[in-house]
Amino acid sequence: MIEVRDLKRSFGTHCVLDGVSFRIDAGEAVVIMGRSGGGKSVLLKHLVGLLSPDAGEVLVDGRNIANLGERQMLEVRSKFGVLFQGAALFDSLTVAENVGFALSRSGKCTPAEVANRVAEMLDMVELPGIQDKKPAELSGGMRKRVGLARAIVHRPAIVLYDEPTTGLDPVVSDSIDQLILRVCEQMKVTSIVVTHDMRSARRIGKRILYLRDRRIYLDAPTEAVFASTDPAVHRFVNGISIPKEITF
Amino acid sequence: MSGTIVRWFTQPVADIGNFALRMVADLGGFALLAGEVLRSLVSVRPSLRDLIYQLYSIGVKSQSVVLITGAFTGMVLCAQAFFQFQKVKMETGTLALVGVSMSSELGPVLTGLMVAGRVGAAMAAELGTMRVTEQVDALRTLATHPVDYLVVPRFLATLIAMPLLTIEAIAVGIGSAYVVGVHFLGIDAAYSWAHMLKYVGKSDIAMGMFKTLCFGMIIALVGCYKGLNCREGAEGVGHATTEAVVTASISILMSNFFLTLALRGLLES
Repeated sequence: MIEVRDLKRSFGTHCVLDGVSFRIDAGEAVVIMGRSGGGKSVLLKHLVGLLSPDAGEVLVDGRNIANLGERQMLEVRSKFGVLFQGAALFDSLTVAENVGFALSRSGKCTPAEVANRVAEMLDMVELPGIQDKKPAELSGGMRKRVGLARAIVHRPAIVLYDEPTTGLDPVVSDSIDQLILRVCEQMKVTSIVVTHDMRSARRIGKRILYLRDRRIYLDAPTEAVFASTDPAVHRFVNGISIPKEITF
Repeated sequence: MSGTIVRWFTQPVADIGNFALRMVADLGGFALLAGEVLRSLVSVRPSLRDLIYQLYSIGVKSQSVVLITGAFTGMVLCAQAFFQFQKVKMETGTLALVGVSMSSELGPVLTGLMVAGRVGAAMAAELGTMRVTEQVDALRTLATHPVDYLVVPRFLATLIAMPLLTIEAIAVGIGSAYVVGVHFLGIDAAYSWAHMLKYVGKSDIAMGMFKTLCFGMIIALVGCYKGLNCREGAEGVGHATTEAVVTASISILMSNFFLTLALRGLLES
């Protein structure tokens, strides 16, 4: 379970999050949507302790992680798997070393066990037999899949996805969506997806948090969000711009 | 107009203040990183595989540049010393001067500067790129402390490689000076060698080795700190790389002066 209470965060004089609060229960699939540069990724990084808030609390299974030290956070982070926007695969390692990284570092598995688990995960993301390739040899979609395999290899309870379909063509985006759904169903994980891809949001999320003006503007079931008559929500889900509101 | 004039006077003060603040922040950052490295060294066993890879990357691959620097520094120092000593009929003291200079000053300092340029820059660029592509964040989400995985192997490898590279630079520098002095400048080989052995003391070697360990720490800490704290984008990585080389080089030169004073007093007391 994750709960965020009155989270505030600024970078210099620029306030990004100003009093964000919400709660996500175990096993939920939640989408956080909002405009580019609106603070979605910053919010996601607070959930896993990559950023510390200026004020407010982030509770993971009832424990406030907002002000934990880096070494204390390592234990908390073992509950999480994160798929980064650009996959963030380690350039110097092979696919097998990337996917098996968490298991190898934990020291709890033999090399054979790690290899078996890596093969199992690569099968799950439909990329069998690419263990010896380097990240530079992979396409964007393949990198995302390998990134996902790395994020779930240690069987985390919560998986965070930072714009999983950004930069991918519609067909590959669709396959990534299906993969996320499969991970949700098969591994019974809590999924939190940051996206502004409305098709993905509708398909993946059971609930949507709409981040607007530095706060959670709307917290509602997916279909209710898409059926909303609120002008701001309606414009966002249908991609309608108002020139005076556009900031790039 | 008057605002411009006021700014013309106040801007330099503001710039100096900002520079001082950045310096203090950097010093604090280095100290915290050094503390975290120490903590990691006593609590986490570094991966032998990573350490060997870094030793190869830092030590083995730096040899050519260090050997060339040592050789040519020894040769030019020998030639310059010879031309001066010749005026007072003390040519056989040339190799002694080269030996003392190379062992306690030029060997460690030039090796430090060369390694700072090659290795410090590579560390800052590699870790900086990892930071801007979120690989450092990915590492943290995989329950791995960046200092344990990225900094400690580089720190240890630099600490091991630096004395070995310095010994190589000193040996090649003295050897090259011997060849130039004896075979090209006609200095008496036996006297030169005897004088060098007489005047190069254990304290010179000890001072050189202690200095090179300090320089190794500076190079690794500065390179890793600048990389891990670089700003976003290619420009940020470029800045971090430049700053790593400049900061490490200046730190080596400045600390060398204070180390010489402190160690000379300590070793001769």
